Amino acid sequence: MSESNPFVAAWLLIVSGDPTLAGIVALSLRVTLSALAIALVIGLPGGAFLAMSRFPGRGLLVIGCNALMGLPPVVAGLAIYLLLSRAGPLGPLGLLFTPSAMVMAQTVLILPIVLSLSRQVVEDLWSEYEEQLRSLGCSGARAIPTLLWDGRFSLVTAVLAGFGRASAEVGAVLIVGGNIAGHTRTITTAIALETAKGELALALGLGIILLGLTLVLNGGAYLMGQYARRSAGQPW
Amino acid sequence: MVGKVASLFLFLAVVALGAAAAQAQSATGPMTVASTTSTEQSGLFGAILPRFRARTGIEVRVIAQGTGQALETARRGDADVVFVHDPASEERFVAEGFGVRRHEVMYNDFVLVGPKADPAGVRGMTDIAAALARIAARGAPFASRGDESGTHKAELRLWQAAVVDVRQTGGAWYRETGSGMGPTLNVASATNAYALTDRGTWLSFRNRGELEILLAGDRRLFNQYGVILVNPARHPHVRARQGQAFIDWLLSPEGQKAIADFRIGGEQLFFPNSKASAS
Repeated sequence: MSESNPFVAAWLLIVSGDPTLAGIVALSLRVTLSALAIALVIGLPGGAFLAMSRFPGRGLLVIGCNALMGLPPVVAGLAIYLLLSRAGPLGPLGLLFTPSAMVMAQTVLILPIVLSLSRQVVEDLWSEYEEQLRSLGCSGARAIPTLLWDGRFSLVTAVLAGFGRASAEVGAVLIVGGNIAGHTRTITTAIALETAKGELALALGLGIILLGLTLVLNGGAYLMGQYARRSAGQPW
Repeated sequence: MVGKVASLFLFLAVVALGAAAAQAQSATGPMTVASTTSTEQSGLFGAILPRFRARTGIEVRVIAQGTGQALETARRGDADVVFVHDPASEERFVAEGFGVRRHEVMYNDFVLVGPKADPAGVRGMTDIAAALARIAARGAPFASRGDESGTHKAELRLWQAAVVDVRQTGGAWYRETGSGMGPTLNVASATNAYALTDRGTWLSFRNRGELEILLAGDRRLFNQYGVILVNPARHPHVRARQGQAFIDWLLSPEGQKAIADFRIGGEQLFFPNSKASAS
């Protein structure tokens, strides 16, 4: 395709119903949402735990999580690559150049974001409600679900930030996935490939599709939040 | 309790990964070829792999890297077959015991591209070394891969033939992009620089701007591709059966014909020259 207008290129791609494109979009969503799910399952309770507990080295852990939010994707990718390579410690699993490897790399990238943002949200709630919850006999681990539920509207930001970082990322998935056609090619690695081929309009067209997907997801999250807030009777 | 919950989730994650690994390791699984950007980005694999799959049912996954990186990937045991174009490094790879045997598959050629205006005046020359020497003498911008790829190594050999030490140029006119052929051509196109490229990538490259072929045909621009099975004695998990089947097919009259049949705009990109084949 040598359409020179990226918007037309994007439109033609979408209306053509190209199964290759559908596969690429499906894989991107599958990898990103898997990584996000794992990061949320570990990161939300983990962040809440960090917010509520005091132990030696906690400060270092908080600083570490904050700093890792800026971890360069290519470094995360290289670390996972060396870990999963046949010559590396997890080599026998044979996971390099598979979608699983991409999920691992993205999880490493977004876990610090989910941890840090949820710690921040829960810390504020905890300082506000600690006495009340304690007086109700709800303390420690049992308070975590309550606090997470109470902070759910703010925590949406952590979810969206994690999704954004994972879906926009190319450096790590390119290294650990290998950009194999029909197997580990995502929207972002396809953009890198089309750019390399000089198909700039097509590359930008794919970028527009990715942005569109992100926009739809963010819009959905916003509307769901609005609806939930109204149902919960909260004034904002 | 939090600790228990966290360890449960970690356990689940490990189980999920293990299941994925078991699936990936099944004996009938697909094989991996570490190859070069020139073969993948030109569309060659997209054209020939369906024919191989129709014949054998074997799925081939291609990772496109520079020749140096592809051989490194195979050295670590992360590919079953390498399909690259730098005979010297390929022979070293086999001599070191990482590969079983090197087979010649096909060739194409390198071409010197540059801006239409041709500030160094190399158009019409037939001697690539003399042309490079003139580019260096005029200090005309030249975009180099700079990534240890087969094309980069070929380019460095040509500079040597031209008696120009590009390491001493300080980057004023000689610019290393440190990336693949396409990105390097994008840089050349944007800065009106000269560049050495394989013809396959050039023919399929769309963002040419002012660039065109200025010199081709010198026999030093010949570009031979070889294919090697990664040594199963070194890496026992290598899918030797599938890998050998792929190599045998590439060298067979059918595979050689598939390579010859691949064209862009009517122009043939790669020329099969397997010694095993009658064609």
